[in-house]
Amino acid sequence: MLKILHQIFRTGIVTEPLDPAEEAKVTLAGAGLEKAVRKRFRRSAAIRLVDAGSCNGCELEISATCNPVYDAERFGISFTASPRFADILLVTGPVSRNMEVPLRRTYDAMPSPKLVVAVGDCGYNGGVFGSSYASLGGVGSVLSVDAYIHGCPPTPSDILNGLLRVIEG
Amino acid sequence: MNGKLNDILKQLLERCAVSMDASVCGAAACEVPSGFFSDAGKILKAAGFRLAAEWASDETLFGRGFGVYAAYIEGRDHIVIKSLLPPDDPAFPTLTRHFPAAYRMERQIASLMGLKPDGHPDPRPWIRHEDWPEGVFPLRKSFDGTKPLGRVEGTYRWVSAEGEGVFEIPVGPVHAGIIEPGHFRFQAVGEDIINLEEKLGYVHKGIEKRFEALGWEEAARLAARVSGDSTVAHAIAFCMAVEAASGCVPPPRAGHLRAIMLERERITNHLGDIGAICNDIAFTFLHCQFATLRERVLRTNRKVFGHRLMMDGIALGGVAADLSDDAFVAIIDDLHVLSIEFERLVRIYEDNPSVEDRIYGAGVLEPDAAKALGVVGFTARASGQRLDARIENPFPPYDKFPPTVPALSSGDVHARAWVRVEEVRESSRLIRELIREMPEGSVRAGWSGPLSGLSGFSVVEGWRGEIIYWVQCAPGGGINRCMVRDPSTMNWVALEQAVKGNIVPDFPLCNKSFNQSYSGHDL
Repeated sequence: MLKILHQIFRTGIVTEPLDPAEEAKVTLAGAGLEKAVRKRFRRSAAIRLVDAGSCNGCELEISATCNPVYDAERFGISFTASPRFADILLVTGPVSRNMEVPLRRTYDAMPSPKLVVAVGDCGYNGGVFGSSYASLGGVGSVLSVDAYIHGCPPTPSDILNGLLRVIEG
Repeated sequence: MNGKLNDILKQLLERCAVSMDASVCGAAACEVPSGFFSDAGKILKAAGFRLAAEWASDETLFGRGFGVYAAYIEGRDHIVIKSLLPPDDPAFPTLTRHFPAAYRMERQIASLMGLKPDGHPDPRPWIRHEDWPEGVFPLRKSFDGTKPLGRVEGTYRWVSAEGEGVFEIPVGPVHAGIIEPGHFRFQAVGEDIINLEEKLGYVHKGIEKRFEALGWEEAARLAARVSGDSTVAHAIAFCMAVEAASGCVPPPRAGHLRAIMLERERITNHLGDIGAICNDIAFTFLHCQFATLRERVLRTNRKVFGHRLMMDGIALGGVAADLSDDAFVAIIDDLHVLSIEFERLVRIYEDNPSVEDRIYGAGVLEPDAAKALGVVGFTARASGQRLDARIENPFPPYDKFPPTVPALSSGDVHARAWVRVEEVRESSRLIRELIREMPEGSVRAGWSGPLSGLSGFSVVEGWRGEIIYWVQCAPGGGINRCMVRDPSTMNWVALEQAVKGNIVPDFPLCNKSFNQSYSGHDL
């Protein structure tokens, strides 16, 4: 126990201010939501993530937004296990044919109003995987997307900056 | 070819006609009549070989039917056995009766290439989901991979259990956390798991077919995205296979830089995994500590290699960019801090009775089972199998800088975590040594595409385990077939065995201790 306490005091607070210099590489695409609704999402946005066919690179960086250095929760951004509580559907990867139905079902299970944000170059246009018998290409081919966060994969700061821009309009 | 392989060839020759296949570069290869495909496996099994990969190739562009291939490894000996099958009604005798590892690989061959494994115990498709139309085989040349597939009605026949108090828990494909999709179906009595059946293929995005449509440089980019957490390892494996077929030898400095990236990838993933195992036993403190340490390594990666995961740092013929002396200093400084912090955290991990209580004896994969299933990587090493491609297939620079490979025999969550701890230490040592002995010179050799018909075979030890590529050059250049064998292909089935008799709430912990790739498996 003493070792743990010692380590906690030695570590201190590692959370850094979010670097605004890193311009978020975001494309706002959909109609979005009314300002009044976005205001409610601000400081309290629950996110349901669906990997619709990614290589797992985007997942690594999305997970990293929750580590102590980036600490997504300080912005009121949290990840939820159930789509029933979610405000934002975060989607990674090209949408594989075998994930199309689960992706649609997750979207349908979310209450309105809701936003769809695609993360990564594959979510934008299929990336290196393109469109094929097994890949439907970008997330926009299946759902109406409100914003794309670019990168392969985007860094945790890119993702957080992007999400904040989407929420704040 | 050494004495042991000669001996095996002699045994094969007594049974059937055997011809050496010089078109395969990077491993010894021979062709046997298709009727003896399984018998050859039996002979190799008796000689102590394990089945490392099994795949098929559509060779109509070469004016013949299909090729079915199996790669066997025993210590430093690697051999590929090939059989040719006719274009109409292609079938081959199953290897499953000798090697359980063939079980899903052959279902995959049947599902995607349409070759029939005669005598296979399970005719159900694999990767191919029940709503795919009948009679489409994406890996065949006659199949146009750019068109979307239709959907049909279909059902999947699950293994089921009956009896008083038996119930089923379906999990996925969308999981609770920030992870990849897959379906798990448990049969349980109370909290005890009596059976787990996996259904994967959800992130199948046609990678192997896609390779065939790409140029070499683009294909290397695709290989780097087969499994994002193993981007370096997959890229090296792809490049090594192509380089073997084109007779290209990367300069020594490139070998060192590749190995430094490979070991850094091992360290980052192991740090993340040890932390995530702690998270799954509600020891959030260590999860946060390890995640912070991992972030540190990723940032140094970005500073030094220009990318946090080092994507596209590997190039055909070598590496994409050289490193300056300042970069080496940054890596060494980073390792210094990392090692001190890491040892502090490991002591806390070791001394915690709550941790012990959860990780010892959970999710045991017995050494016998690990051997029989052909498990690879740290999973194998935690279950008494001292397998490591850096030793068995010592590609440069590992021929001069062999790692010390840890092995434990308890096969539980603790063993899989502890092998990672030892490997972080060993990788740190290796990186220091590789930098100290860094050769001068260029970092990329001149490179031209392999000759038509030649194929390259490569084995690389990624952080998860042994990755195998086989790349066959098409007539007129380009890729005729690129076979990818991620370690998860071998290890997923081991998870089903390891969780039997554990309680359902321990499944996430067991699963995390294996941390397998869905994308690398589903392709």
